[in-house]
Amino acid sequence: MASVDLINLEKTYGGGFRAVHGINLNIADGEFMVLVGPSGCAKSTTLRMVAGLEEITGGEVRIGGKVVNSLSPGERSIAMVFQNYALYPHMKVRSNLAFGLKLAGVPKPEIRKAVDEVAAILEIEPLLDRLPKQLSGGQAQRVALGRALIKKPGVFLFDEPLSNLDAKLRASMRVRITELHKRLKTQGLSSTVLYVTHDQTEAMTMGDRICVMQGGHIMQVADPKTLYNRPANLFVAGFIGMPEMNLIDGRLDGDAFVLGDQRLPLDLSRLPRRPAQAVLGVRPQNLTPGATGLTGTLAHVEFMGHDVNLHVDIGPARMVATMPAADFDRLDRAGDRVTLTPDPSALHIFDKDSGDNLSL
Amino acid sequence: MNTSLGNVLRYTLLIAVGLIMLYPLIWLIGASFKTNSEIFGNASILPENPTLDGYIKGWETSTPYTFGRFFWNSFLIILPKTIGTAISCALVAYGFARFDFPYKKILFGTVIATLLLPNVVTRIPQYILFRDLGWLDTFLPLWVPSALAGDAFFVFMLVQFLRAIPRDMEEAARVDGANSLQTLIFIVVPMLAPALISVCLFQFMWTMNDFLGPLIYISSVDKYPVSLALKLSIDTTESFEWNRILAMSVLTILPALIVFFLAQKHFIEGISTGGVKG
Repeated sequence: MASVDLINLEKTYGGGFRAVHGINLNIADGEFMVLVGPSGCAKSTTLRMVAGLEEITGGEVRIGGKVVNSLSPGERSIAMVFQNYALYPHMKVRSNLAFGLKLAGVPKPEIRKAVDEVAAILEIEPLLDRLPKQLSGGQAQRVALGRALIKKPGVFLFDEPLSNLDAKLRASMRVRITELHKRLKTQGLSSTVLYVTHDQTEAMTMGDRICVMQGGHIMQVADPKTLYNRPANLFVAGFIGMPEMNLIDGRLDGDAFVLGDQRLPLDLSRLPRRPAQAVLGVRPQNLTPGATGLTGTLAHVEFMGHDVNLHVDIGPARMVATMPAADFDRLDRAGDRVTLTPDPSALHIFDKDSGDNLSL
Repeated sequence: MNTSLGNVLRYTLLIAVGLIMLYPLIWLIGASFKTNSEIFGNASILPENPTLDGYIKGWETSTPYTFGRFFWNSFLIILPKTIGTAISCALVAYGFARFDFPYKKILFGTVIATLLLPNVVTRIPQYILFRDLGWLDTFLPLWVPSALAGDAFFVFMLVQFLRAIPRDMEEAARVDGANSLQTLIFIVVPMLAPALISVCLFQFMWTMNDFLGPLIYISSVDKYPVSLALKLSIDTTESFEWNRILAMSVLTILPALIVFFLAQKHFIEGISTGGVKG
């Protein structure tokens, strides 16, 4: 059992700067939890506090129910994969993998067996006698992964492990890590993962649950589908999804959202309260050209292959609508008038001041 | 055409300047094979009648000991001093570069301040201290201070080098279960190797050449290192046997030259900081 619990976790630096503001997060045993957020949101700091590399200035970190605040990283039953691999430059791959076990005093034959096992899983057998500088980025990252795997830790910590790889390799490593996690889980081995990334694609494709952070606060913790379909606030709505959700400032009047001189009739009966200033949120995929809705001028068409993105200026606001390129065979050109009809079930109304999603 | 002409000019100039700089060394080696009279009578570098006389007689010295004894004495000072310097400076630099502790800034400032202190200022207090410890006429005053990280320059050099090395590897080692000392030994020292080799080389050469230290603390001839022994041959004979002195000078610079050329690659890597490829 290796659940991870963060309880009122805080980090205040010497100069008084408060990086993490008392966050609470429970990661179940075997869960793949992704911490995602823009740079500077303290996701890495949080991970490093769990690892024991950063001092905890308030609250608790529990691993497997045990408070680990004062334990050294080596005593926390964790393994970590770093962004720039952090392989020991003077040791061959084999020694890199074996280092932790050697320190723990594991007998040599056992170490050899463990190294061979991990090398087989990650397909790095031919690399065992190379030095880190003789490895490509993808190979180095697999070795770093192996170094974590060989320890059979309670919790795996990943600190932006794929950021230094090119897009193609990143996609294949994403799959490899996810499959590895499933494999450990089915083998009954401990496989709790805390994975930090700024890349929402990684977060959405890999995480069982995702924790979105901003400025040292947790914005929302949910599974990818919930996060996408029911974002709790403006920040999450804007952060998750490609292209970004359209967020249009306006106001509510009667049963309609008012943008400039246009009215979009809505069912507002389920709103718990009426905000003074509202933000309408709708994903580009939920907008289709139609007869009713919001009308504006087509400013720009992006051809993406399978899809096209229509950029439409509606009053002061710019909206993006995405649709299959096959459905867009009309010769609409920049300057044409276009009416976009939103899918009423996929509309969100946010309170502009608090940022809360009122339509959940 | 132009470039090749430029190259010829460039190399001619470089060789000429190089020869001027190397002239004293070449003359020294040539003169050590000359007879005493020829040294002053003939300006050419090559000896007319090469002789090993200077080496044979010089080696015997005018004392009851051969020059080998003085080399051995130098070795007895250099070995503990160099090893001690490498270990102690690595420890101290690691502490300053990687750990936070109270008054760190003041302490590091103090270390750097001793760099600026002229050596002569501390000579007398140091002498009195070592006298009270009963260390006079032993090798201890010559190597113990350095073996306790007494050379601020080396500490400073290693701290600068360490600052350029990313901490990730050390953090990975800590996650792997290493304590601070294990991290230092297994991870930091190997990465620090080029800088440590430079430290050892500097210490080796400076100690080999140190004249004042042994002059102050060593009084028995049987404990003289080579730097003092060379001077000895000037003092004790009525007419100086220059070829012997020159021959022994050549032998004296030989170890430093050999060590330098053997370690040249690491040495240059070490002083041109940067170390680890990102």
